[in-house]
Amino acid sequence: MPDSHSRTLPLAAAVFAGGTAGTSLRAGIGLVVPSLHAVPVATIAINVVGAFALGLLLATLGRRGSDTGGRRTIRLLLGTGVLGGFTTFSALAVDTAVLAGRGQSLEAVLYCAGTVLAGLAAAAAGSRIGGAR
Amino acid sequence: MTVPVFVLVALAGGAGATVRFLLDRAIRARTGAAFPLGTVLINCSGSLLLGVIAGLAARAVLPEAVHLVAGTGFLGGYTTFSAASVETVALLAGRRGALAVLNGLVVPVVTVLLAAVGLGIAAIG
Repeated sequence: MPDSHSRTLPLAAAVFAGGTAGTSLRAGIGLVVPSLHAVPVATIAINVVGAFALGLLLATLGRRGSDTGGRRTIRLLLGTGVLGGFTTFSALAVDTAVLAGRGQSLEAVLYCAGTVLAGLAAAAAGSRIGGAR
Repeated sequence: MTVPVFVLVALAGGAGATVRFLLDRAIRARTGAAFPLGTVLINCSGSLLLGVIAGLAARAVLPEAVHLVAGTGFLGGYTTFSAASVETVALLAGRRGALAVLNGLVVPVVTVLLAAVGLGIAAIG
């Protein structure tokens, strides 16, 4: 598929630009919002808001037409790039493991399960709102 | 965080997101779209690696700036919570209940275990 290869660079550039923006937003929020009892509340908010926004974005784009051309570029820039870079799974996993390792088992379970379940609810709500006419 | 480190964190996040995009696309081309294996493998590998990096930084073996750029930046941008959530919702909407439980509940537990393994590796190394 030489055609798809020749198009990879601009698509990857859109993801890179979006990922840079999303990561700087996450890092900036992390600098301003401190942890609460060693629970990274900033990461909770970032991940839940990001899940809602991605659900909203993908459903909105899906309602407008096929994943081609400008819609695909917007999906890669804002979805895969900005929101993918904004949200993070590795910090959730490591912070949960650190909490559990310190003996804060209740905080670890509540933090991880709470983020995962809130993220699912947020993504479902975003999809529903974005998919509604 | 100094301004140069913040800029490097942001750029590393862009690089991580780009690697995620290319890796996910390559895996998707081989396995199809029934189960989001790409995101799963990315989030699992990223959690293991961040465990190692965070563990080494906690022991001051790794400078804090490297922890920030490689961890908060690259691995933060490489792994993604939003796509994982949306993919579980899509599995639920498609009535793939078992795969939704696997993706939405089992995978997060596995990432935490891998992060703990990473922290353990850093404690030995």
